[in-house]
Amino acid sequence: MQDFVQHLINGISLGSIYALIALGYTMVYGILKMINFAHSDVYMVGAFASYYVARAFGIEAHPGVGTLAILLISSMVCCSLLGVVIERLAYRPLRNSPKLNILITAIGVSLFLEYGSQVVFGADPKVFPEVMKDFVIFSFGNVELKSFDVTVLGVSILAMIGLQFLIYKTKVGKAMRAVSSNASVASLMGVNPDKIIAFTFIVGSALAGVGSVLVGMKYPKIDPLMGMMIGMKAFVAAVLGGIGNVRGAVLGALIMGLSEEMVVAYMSSTYRDALAFSILIAILIFKPAGLLGKYSVEKV
Amino acid sequence: MRALKNPLISLAAALLFGVAVQFGFNEYIQLLVLFVSVNCLMAMSLNLVNGYTGQFSLGHAGFMAIGAYFTAYASLHWSFLPPSLSALTFFIYAIGSGLLAALAGFLVGLPSLRLKGDYLAIVTLGFGEIIRVALLNMDFLGGPRGLANIPGFDSFYMSYAFAMLWILICFFTIWRVMKSSYGRGFLSVREDEIAAEATGINTTGMKVRAFVLSSFFAGVAGALFAHYTNFINPSSFTFLQSVNAVIMVVLGGMGSMSGSIAAAIIVTVLPEALRPLQDLTGIDLRMVIYSLALILVMILRPKGIFGELEITDIWRKYVRRSARS
Amino acid sequence: MSDVLLEAKKITMQFGGLKAVDSVEFQIKKGQLAGLIGPNGAGKTTVFNMLTGVYQPTHGEVMLEGKSLKGLRPYQISHRGIARTFQNIRLFKGLTVLENVLIATHQHVNYGLMDTLLQTRKFIETEKALEEKAMALLEIFSLQSKAHEPASSLPYGQQRKLEIVRALATDPKIILLDEPAAGMNHSETHGLMETIAKIREQFNLTVLLIEHDMKLVMGICENIVVLDHGVKIEEGSPKHIQNSKRVIEAYLGVEETL
Repeated sequence: MQDFVQHLINGISLGSIYALIALGYTMVYGILKMINFAHSDVYMVGAFASYYVARAFGIEAHPGVGTLAILLISSMVCCSLLGVVIERLAYRPLRNSPKLNILITAIGVSLFLEYGSQVVFGADPKVFPEVMKDFVIFSFGNVELKSFDVTVLGVSILAMIGLQFLIYKTKVGKAMRAVSSNASVASLMGVNPDKIIAFTFIVGSALAGVGSVLVGMKYPKIDPLMGMMIGMKAFVAAVLGGIGNVRGAVLGALIMGLSEEMVVAYMSSTYRDALAFSILIAILIFKPAGLLGKYSVEKV
Repeated sequence: MRALKNPLISLAAALLFGVAVQFGFNEYIQLLVLFVSVNCLMAMSLNLVNGYTGQFSLGHAGFMAIGAYFTAYASLHWSFLPPSLSALTFFIYAIGSGLLAALAGFLVGLPSLRLKGDYLAIVTLGFGEIIRVALLNMDFLGGPRGLANIPGFDSFYMSYAFAMLWILICFFTIWRVMKSSYGRGFLSVREDEIAAEATGINTTGMKVRAFVLSSFFAGVAGALFAHYTNFINPSSFTFLQSVNAVIMVVLGGMGSMSGSIAAAIIVTVLPEALRPLQDLTGIDLRMVIYSLALILVMILRPKGIFGELEITDIWRKYVRRSARS
Repeated sequence: MSDVLLEAKKITMQFGGLKAVDSVEFQIKKGQLAGLIGPNGAGKTTVFNMLTGVYQPTHGEVMLEGKSLKGLRPYQISHRGIARTFQNIRLFKGLTVLENVLIATHQHVNYGLMDTLLQTRKFIETEKALEEKAMALLEIFSLQSKAHEPASSLPYGQQRKLEIVRALATDPKIILLDEPAAGMNHSETHGLMETIAKIREQFNLTVLLIEHDMKLVMGICENIVVLDHGVKIEEGSPKHIQNSKRVIEAYLGVEETL
């Protein structure tokens, strides 16, 4: 029983990480109806950015909240910039192209970041600085609740609430929803779709930046291909919850994290990566709109 | 027999060219030629799905893996013909590889081809990965270690002839299918599914057909790969292998056989050409160049190098133009 | 009642909370030229989509020659004999005019993969026959000279005609035309209507058309169904429709009386 509770905690913690990345997928999909394959690589670049910032300023020697804040900010800024540049250079020229071309471009950007980073950062893993000591907040028998688990869950829930507020309660959010529903009509109403789309990329990428620092704290090994698997899983989480839906992304991510933890704990770790895809295939075949998404009819 | 005229002429020409490769080039180039043929099969077959039928599969490596493992296992463990007939045995195994991969294509395609665009891409990627993870966990196929010492052909020339035979079978099959009512059905699915259904085309049926035929030749490509490398393991068939196939189809031009072949040659030879640079700098630039090429092609020439044209079309245009002037 | 070809039995289409079409009923007799009219947003195209299986009716069913089409996919309905055109032209734009028509003949193809690969006599003869048939159909609409040009290169009016040819190539029993004259000028429209009347004779067809041009509908249709806000408000001969108070109200609005 105690083991089970511990797995539950680990699963939720893992799911919260997925959630931060899943939110970025879901936002971009919500507005552009495209899978931003490069999103997970933006996350990877965020991890490297904060790694280099930490080294350049020598703050790795001073773990604490201040250091964490500096790294978070630098990672968010870096990811946002990268997100906007990708959107501007690769996706915007293809705004009116067939979906297939956009998809291929996204895959191209993803590969470019992955292999370009190998050239720039080197293919060997680097060790992320210890930003904050992970400590036990609460323990009961063998069950331990650590500060990391609480932080990452808290941050992802906060991000979800913030986004929900942004999308449904603010003017920008209204514009985002307008662009999502019909970009050309929105532009007739005085909304500049390019600006709104760029803004979406900024927000989504910034969340990936947050995720990268948090993950770096827990799993300090970072390498240029680190985004691949975690990105796939976060994407699956977004689809599971209903892509384009903010709450769905978090729900899906928690389910993903929990089921992965349970599969590894009670079955075999070799099936860990196949699990995500099995969930994805099942959901797309039986409930393509996801848990919280709504199904849309194609207009003829 | 008239139906065999063009294929046989082509085969004769290819075999003649093979003599030149046999005597004119070293083993390194010869091996490269064999890998070009494997990639040719991968590109031509994927073009059927991604180019002509307008679907997007990102799991082609999975079908290649199935074919490779079947042939590897069969050539290691079975023997029902004398060793002197090994080429015939391998031909039969290649057909078996193709059929098994086609069956997998059918099972994968039936449920997933209801999905469109991005979703289909992700699901096929998922199936490809599941096949790979399944192979990792199958002890009788060597698990993560894979299968080694797979019998190959006795000589380069036999390997080459075998490859050419299959390439021509693949080429003429797809070419003729595309010039039939079924091929037009594939195209109609790409152009407009709703209109295709309204004109009586079973779009799901068409997609599954394209997928099955495509998987068949991916399986055959796997069989060739197993013989030529003599060693396979699950990491030969990762997501990147599928991406490789997509790169060839996209660069060559979605919907052009000539494009697929040309791109297969470029994509196989380019990394070798870049090798001196890589040795000098210690940097693997191959994927950086491909990914950049992918993005640039999509932005600057979205239909690929050949677009939908074939070499014969371009030739005809050229002749027409020079006749006019 | 054996001469009823197509029958809509209380068909309803609900999108979420919105009833786009509500319990619409009508019958179309063999050989008839019928019209479906109504103001914008009345649900005409939705009815077409239900008749052709693009949407499955939420309630009710469509009958062709007394047999229910419930649960059939659009291509199966096409095989049963219903062909259609689209309001916002849906040609296979990247393919040639001839290919557009040939695709519609696929359901009559009886050769298989082996015939294709071995280029058997059956394959060659079938292909030849299909092409001749397609060319003959194109000739009716004077499109034969454009056979090898891409469909997207045709001017608008000819694209509409090509859609009709493509529908005819499926050998339908009934053809549904969704605003066939949209965007055409007066004389083009007139010519089109003559052609429609002609093909109806020649192929023994039943026609159901959606059209905005009242004069035109009144001129050629024998039976007219009027929809408004998803509900059938009137049905009958052109004369009957012209004098119907409800139809006039639907088009012009009810006069407010205090």
